[in-house]
Amino acid sequence: MELNSYQTDGFYDEVFDTDGKAREEARLLLETIESLEDGELLRCQRVAEALLLQMGITFNVYGDSAGTERIFPFDLIPRIVTAEEWDWVERGLKQRIHALNEFIDDIYHDQKILKDKVIPEEIIKSATFYRPQCRGVNPPGRVWCHITGTDLVRHGDGQIYVLEDNLRVPSGVSYVLENRDLMKRTFPRVFAGLKVRPVDIYPSKLLEMLESIAPPHAANKPTVVLLTPGMYNSAYFEHSFLAQRMGIQLVEGRDLVVQDGYVCMRTTKGLRRVDVIYRRLDDDFLDPQVFRPDSLLGVPGIMDVYRAGKVSLANAPGNGVADDKVVYAYVPDMIRYYEGAEPILPNVPTYLCWRDADRQHVLQNLDKLVVKSANEAGGYGMLVGPHSTAAQREEFAAKITEKPRNYIAQPTLALSRVPTLIEDKLEGRHVDLRPYILYGKEIYVLPGGLTRVALRKGSLVVNSSQGGGSKDTWVLAPTEGGAGNEQ
Amino acid sequence: MSNETAPLLSRAAEAVYWMARYIERAENVARFIDVNLHLQLDLPLEPAHQWQPLIDTSGDASTYLERHGKAKKSTVIKFLVWETKNLNSISSCLRAARENARSVREIISSEMWEQVNSMYLKIQTQRALAESERLPEILRAIRLGCHMFEGITDSTMSYNEAWHFLRLGRQLERADKTSRILDVKYFMLLPSANSVGTPYDDIHWAAVLKSVSGFEMYRKKHGRIAPRSIVEFLVLDREFPRAIRHCLRAADESLHAITGTPMGSCHYPSERTLAPLRAELDYTPVESIINQGLHEYLDALQGRMNTIDDGLARDFFHAAPDDLPAAEGDAA
Repeated sequence: MELNSYQTDGFYDEVFDTDGKAREEARLLLETIESLEDGELLRCQRVAEALLLQMGITFNVYGDSAGTERIFPFDLIPRIVTAEEWDWVERGLKQRIHALNEFIDDIYHDQKILKDKVIPEEIIKSATFYRPQCRGVNPPGRVWCHITGTDLVRHGDGQIYVLEDNLRVPSGVSYVLENRDLMKRTFPRVFAGLKVRPVDIYPSKLLEMLESIAPPHAANKPTVVLLTPGMYNSAYFEHSFLAQRMGIQLVEGRDLVVQDGYVCMRTTKGLRRVDVIYRRLDDDFLDPQVFRPDSLLGVPGIMDVYRAGKVSLANAPGNGVADDKVVYAYVPDMIRYYEGAEPILPNVPTYLCWRDADRQHVLQNLDKLVVKSANEAGGYGMLVGPHSTAAQREEFAAKITEKPRNYIAQPTLALSRVPTLIEDKLEGRHVDLRPYILYGKEIYVLPGGLTRVALRKGSLVVNSSQGGGSKDTWVLAPTEGGAGNEQ
Repeated sequence: MSNETAPLLSRAAEAVYWMARYIERAENVARFIDVNLHLQLDLPLEPAHQWQPLIDTSGDASTYLERHGKAKKSTVIKFLVWETKNLNSISSCLRAARENARSVREIISSEMWEQVNSMYLKIQTQRALAESERLPEILRAIRLGCHMFEGITDSTMSYNEAWHFLRLGRQLERADKTSRILDVKYFMLLPSANSVGTPYDDIHWAAVLKSVSGFEMYRKKHGRIAPRSIVEFLVLDREFPRAIRHCLRAADESLHAITGTPMGSCHYPSERTLAPLRAELDYTPVESIINQGLHEYLDALQGRMNTIDDGLARDFFHAAPDDLPAAEGDAA
């Protein structure tokens, strides 16, 4: 396959350097691709897509006609991360998650960081996902963010930044495992000669973490379940996949009931106690007696059991307070406050519209900035300035002026690109990277992650609901005497 | 593993049970239609009467009448194979089987899921071929696909509680379908039941046997085609996998495996319905069935099998928390 016509178009390319030469870590991969006959790559891609459909690896599209399932497009060209860079990312993530967890625990207890005026109190009080109902709760080990899927992006300057922390109910890890599996099934020869770190260990690590947070009465042999909103949820595939890989039961709210102070599941042999719940349901829906009273997906009374320490929930309710994008802007300060150290991974510079000076700047530069709603995810509620129309900018200007607290703005990042198979040619497409971090007894970072790719030419939005796809992510094992110290 | 002894969720038990019933139903309907297509080629002169029995066997005769009126080949096939409004059409059965499988994907094996999923995806793409020459081929593929699902199930899934619910669903559905096809065809052929078999009757009776894949096995055991022997074979045979007695024995075994009650005793209400039925079939001579009237006998049998279904729902699928034993151990 011919690669000479490939253009980096002035963007940071994960495979080619600025002179258009292959980066060292990508050289073997490129040689393999060049040796393929024309059309071979496309054929592999088709096989992979057919497999995805047959394996039922699909997501449900909201707002589409009921029951529409689509595959999450998969691109065969992997993203490669060197051992040295990963070592740095891993240390940065551990530091960040540790600080975020300290912060959440502090917010629901003494609020020292507010009293010390590092973060303004009104920001927390007005955060959508701040839950006063969680004040004084002591989750086992005081861990609040058990599973995190941090979004990282690389800008044109070559630097990796944290874009979002995604502490609440991060999804996508099943694609990390399935993408690797698919790669091995359809395109095994590209692995030759490269030491790619395996990702298969994730379900074991996840189960280990979940068992480690069991309430004391069940510490010996806890019953762990995964709580799903049901098969019409967009991430249902992932819920059943993880339950299957961990060998635990997949339950819905209607399968659970609170009895005699414990959470129990309805089985063919009567009620059985449940000790740890990996819940893939937002706080809002968890307990109609405490949060949204109209929720039919949750379990009435479950929060009382949780507060009494008779069931553990992962992630801990209330941890979304740190997902607020205004709170995000303070994470570097949190790291300095709790860790006494400078952040290893930088934040994207962020303008907070509730500050007068920032708002002025944002309103004057709407055509250059990306404006985001403080509490929406999935690429919704967002304005990408350079790609926007005057009408859209006007709409956002009005929104910002009306509710400045709800909006932040960031410079439009020139996200790095990875060659991607478009028709039968390779073209550069923008990517981000979502590693997964587990926190039980200690913090563990899966060596890999979900590389999402914006398949539309020029697009910067990588979300699956907005025309994004994904790629396998290869974290290379350290060479002898190199960085990293894991087995 | 933290959950190796945990019993099945009630919701999962029900989903597995219905998944198996729908697969079995799809396979049976495909076979009935296929046999009828063949029969039509042998007996071209009486097309008018050939398609109504198929509708009668499906149990949806009134729905059909309301929507389509007289039983014509093309509408019957559309109704039984493709119609999405008919919840028992092959297409609907495969959709329902898949939906149920999807909700218990972590309980069944991946191979089973992929098989149901690809059968479902395939029939969606074949909808356009509804009236084509390729129908027998499509029906054959569905039968094979269902058989494959059964084989995959029995060779990739542990024979655990979920498997027993699956087998229970499969066997009860199978018994129901055998009783229906026998009932309808016997009724049709009744005037000639006592007369000497004409070649014409032979073809019809052979078709009944073929409808349950039983022609060859019947021949080995009983030789000549005779209505009495056919009734004996399809209702009372111990060894033939689609004989009602065999199906109910297998269902009873699985029910006891689920409840843990020793064979021969009953604890749950559903056991108290199934076990006596099974015992009766063990000791009923075929003469007594024919003397009381096959139709009456089969009608009563179907009624009792429906009671088993209700009993399973009450005992395992939809038990209210208050009816259930309390949580065990230190939860109290």
